[in-house]
Amino acid sequence: MSIFSIPNIRISGITACVPKNKLSTLDYDWIPLKDREQFIKTVGVETRHIATDNITTSDLCFTAAEKLLSELKWDKKDISILVFVSQSRDYIIPSTSGILQDRLGLSHDTSSYDINMGCSGYIYGISSIASLLNFSKGKKALLLVGDVSSSNTSYKDKSTYPLFGDAGTATAIEIDENAENIEINMQSDGSGWDAIVIPDGGLRNPVSIKSFEYKKYPGDIYRNNVQVALNGVEVFNFSLREVVPNIKKLLKETNKNIEDFDYLVLHQANKLINKTITKMLKFDKTKVPETLNKYGNTSSASIPLTIVSELRKQMTEEKVKLILSAFGIGLSWGTIFIETNKIVCPKVIEI
Amino acid sequence: MEEFIKKIEEEFEDIEPGKLKPESNFREMFDWNSINALIIIALVKTEYDVVINAEDIASSKTVSDLYNVIESKK
Repeated sequence: MSIFSIPNIRISGITACVPKNKLSTLDYDWIPLKDREQFIKTVGVETRHIATDNITTSDLCFTAAEKLLSELKWDKKDISILVFVSQSRDYIIPSTSGILQDRLGLSHDTSSYDINMGCSGYIYGISSIASLLNFSKGKKALLLVGDVSSSNTSYKDKSTYPLFGDAGTATAIEIDENAENIEINMQSDGSGWDAIVIPDGGLRNPVSIKSFEYKKYPGDIYRNNVQVALNGVEVFNFSLREVVPNIKKLLKETNKNIEDFDYLVLHQANKLINKTITKMLKFDKTKVPETLNKYGNTSSASIPLTIVSELRKQMTEEKVKLILSAFGIGLSWGTIFIETNKIVCPKVIEI
Repeated sequence: MEEFIKKIEEEFEDIEPGKLKPESNFREMFDWNSINALIIIALVKTEYDVVINAEDIASSKTVSDLYNVIESKK
């Protein structure tokens, strides 16, 4: 059982940054207009922000972090941990976290590391950084989470190309002895590793000239082996099967009721998944914010991006009790219960 | 079974009410694609608390085949 209850940790601010360049699903002419309309209606993606050639995930996270630190007026010297959660790093090696530590001007007394997680990355990132900070002599930490997934999609793959958007986020975390515990339930099932996969480029299938050959797949899909392959039906089924029991288990473990929470922020993978999960939980659907329409599926960034985009006012003005739940690639999934109190949350930045 | 058909009709606006029968091949009733498969899976999960998978849909031809899969998994 991977259930955690982490004391002494407060989220002090969240920022998000997306590329300026915006694409519309209606313009995706690889599929008929009728299918585009159905995609918008069912999956929920109307527009998404896509990084142009030179923008990386770390650029988006850097901009989000600079904004966050200046709004919080944090002294950069005080940051003892930097964690970068992403599956779209600057280089194969080294880690991107070090590059960000340097670029942000953080001190050499900062521990920096990458976590290679996608959809569920925000949950895994918070759990890691909050646990570590509790045993540190430092008081402040920076969690940078995001992905530029669009770089790995094939235009002729309707299951991925119109789905993914790009975003980078920054979350400020600090020690606060009066904070409510953060409750976490994380799970994984690697038997589904190939449900979302880029087959070539790692050690199992080193990249070769053949990796770049386009192959045809059922459903008039064409892609090569350095592009992402997504088994939509399998991921869909997994999400409907696992997410609700994961949340319910955490409710039971913590003796909480779902009515105790103000908002349910779900990973933005597919509108139909979130609609179904919301129904299964009998949660008030007006308290389940959605950004799939504006930003698409932004992988690990989707939860903090949705909080900044849709709950900005509440986050800055009120005490808010949140359920955050994310699920996908790995397969990996998890839920966090967290309370925030008037945090820094400026509106989504575009670069 | 009637209830199941009614629920499918509610989800898919393209289907004229009364046109879908137990013996209907559901792939021929509308432009079948994987998004429609997701809609059916979500409907079955919400209404019957049963998870049907891609193979269940692939091995079913008619509405009643699909209904039998749900019944067998209840």
